[in-house]
Amino acid sequence: MVEQVAQMIVHGEAWTVKDLFVLPNEYVYWSIQIVMYPYMTGLVAGAFVLSSLYHVFNVEKLKEIARYALVFSFALLPVAMMPLMLHLMQPLRGIHVLMTPHFTSAISAFGIVFMTYAFIVAAEIWFVYRKFIVESVHRLNNKQDRSGLESLLLPIYKVISLGAMDISKDALDSDHKAVKFLAALGIPVACFLHGYAGFIFGSVKANALWMTPLMPVIFICSAVVSGIALCIVSYYIFMEMRKWAAKRGKNWLLPDALAQGGTAIPVEQLRSIQEHEVKMTSKYLLIFMTAAITLEILDMIFRGYTAVKSWDALRMVIYEHDFMKIFVYQYGLGNFLPFLLLLVPGLSTRRAVIASILVLFGVFMMRWNVVIGGQAFSLTFAGFMEYHLPIIPHDIETFKEGLGGMLSVIFAPFIIFYFLNMIFPAFMSDDEAH
Amino acid sequence: MKRRDFLKNTAVFVAGASVSVSALDFITPKELFAANPQLKWGFLVDTHKCVGCGFCVKACKTENDIPYEANVTRTWVERYVIKKDGDVVMDCPKGARDGYTTKLLDQNHSGMLLVPEDEIAQAFFVPKLCNHCTTPACVQVCPVGATYQTADGVVLVDRSWCIGCGYCIMGCPYGVRFFHPVEHVADKCTFCYHRISKGGDTACAQACPFDARQIGNLKDPNDPVAQTVLNQRVGVLRDEYGTKPNVYYIGLNKEVR
Repeated sequence: MVEQVAQMIVHGEAWTVKDLFVLPNEYVYWSIQIVMYPYMTGLVAGAFVLSSLYHVFNVEKLKEIARYALVFSFALLPVAMMPLMLHLMQPLRGIHVLMTPHFTSAISAFGIVFMTYAFIVAAEIWFVYRKFIVESVHRLNNKQDRSGLESLLLPIYKVISLGAMDISKDALDSDHKAVKFLAALGIPVACFLHGYAGFIFGSVKANALWMTPLMPVIFICSAVVSGIALCIVSYYIFMEMRKWAAKRGKNWLLPDALAQGGTAIPVEQLRSIQEHEVKMTSKYLLIFMTAAITLEILDMIFRGYTAVKSWDALRMVIYEHDFMKIFVYQYGLGNFLPFLLLLVPGLSTRRAVIASILVLFGVFMMRWNVVIGGQAFSLTFAGFMEYHLPIIPHDIETFKEGLGGMLSVIFAPFIIFYFLNMIFPAFMSDDEAH
Repeated sequence: MKRRDFLKNTAVFVAGASVSVSALDFITPKELFAANPQLKWGFLVDTHKCVGCGFCVKACKTENDIPYEANVTRTWVERYVIKKDGDVVMDCPKGARDGYTTKLLDQNHSGMLLVPEDEIAQAFFVPKLCNHCTTPACVQVCPVGATYQTADGVVLVDRSWCIGCGYCIMGCPYGVRFFHPVEHVADKCTFCYHRISKGGDTACAQACPFDARQIGNLKDPNDPVAQTVLNQRVGVLRDEYGTKPNVYYIGLNKEVR
């Protein structure tokens, strides 16, 4: 009997609290995983744009972080799909989106855009690391006593070299051209990847908060902001870890050193690179932040000024129910404070990192306020719904769409990056790679 | 063969082939399968006749295997109480499955509310169900085509193909969609397609003791529903969304959401 009753809990009922007049079938159907989805896609797109700043526009100052951003973007890529799979009621049928896309739906573009983007990033990494791959094949081939990891890496390198073993100057020059072309092509595709995620929300005419043509543009700007911020934060953390590990010879924290042998960089050099890169990158962060905030404020002013039928309900949500989340967490802590931190002269690495962490939080809150906030009011405009994130799961659904699922999505890219870094050392400091 | 002749022959062949190929297009499967092109299902709700007994909701749940205890329903009845000062109070506990047997209005988290009778200007019930829109938002947004429109205008869900993304639920301006608690796919009213396509009545219309609900063929001029829609003053819900709903209401107040 108890099981039967538990089964009758409708999807969404476990975390939705209704107030006043809400239609019987209305629940917060799109919960934390749909917050994570644009957040992760945004990080992918943003990290890629950052790496392209160097590859396309030759911003030499970003050289070191550019290569890291590219590899990290590749590690984030499969994770952008994870929230969708965790969210689907029929995850095994997820492949239908690729196999039988229904092209009037914004989601159906996912397969095509995502695949195109994945191929571009993969190809770019291949060209950037081709010389390294070929050299690794030779190096490992000539080595007499290969360790277990090295014996594993050799066939991997052989396969991903795709048989292109020519590393003459001409060949490397054309590699360079290919990287530049792919990076340039990647920017619009990355923007499209994320712009269409914004379109998924912006085109829902039934939702008064989501429906605005500004949505894709807002999403792109905040995506670049969050992507750059994540690169700064994770670059800083990884560099700290590397410094710590390099001093003590803890090679398990240096997957590339573990895989490639003694390529670890001296601690002093690490520190100067880290400082330089973090500070330079935060300047670009400021530029994109300004654009993102301008658009978001414009959207809100416009809604208040035009004040169509839905405004009464929206105003309740924006200024009363979600006031803390929107004005304190998103704009205050997530935008205004880091803005000040980055603008005050004498920027230190640590301050830039703290600002970036706040920016990451701010963009997360922005996604939250859009996705959850858009479901905080009833279609009748006469009732409200409150979302409670399930913390302790009591079944698979409350795990997937709760704190557990959220943390899995957050940590997955770092695990992928650890192993990816063994194959493509993201912190290579020599001039071998482009 | 000269190059000129080759090009000429190619042009003739392509032109000829395209004509005959386009002829193949004249017969679409949709037309073949549409048993009766003169059929377009529509629904008529007479709000004056509804007493809020909830028999329609019960009948629908039983007929269409929507778990009785689950807090979702394919059809429901809303109660509107308009006060003399212009305030509107609404409720719809459990979709009105058990009928309105108390004067207390269920305000969910805000608890029960009793409006004193001398403050009430008017009160009425509004049954709701899927509008089977002519340009349905749900069909447009379904990423895999699992939600589709039949030739006779009914919007259905293919349970074997729905991936359960919930985009259609978000896209529907009427809130008629939900996740089926057992099937774990999107679900909604089908106008009892399995019954009406065999000449039967919908479960809700059959269960209604006061004839507040009626289904009919909007293309048949002799059909009572079509005649009412044509000759009387009827309204539809939320036409501002451009979905062209096919459920018509007699006595629709501006307060109805």
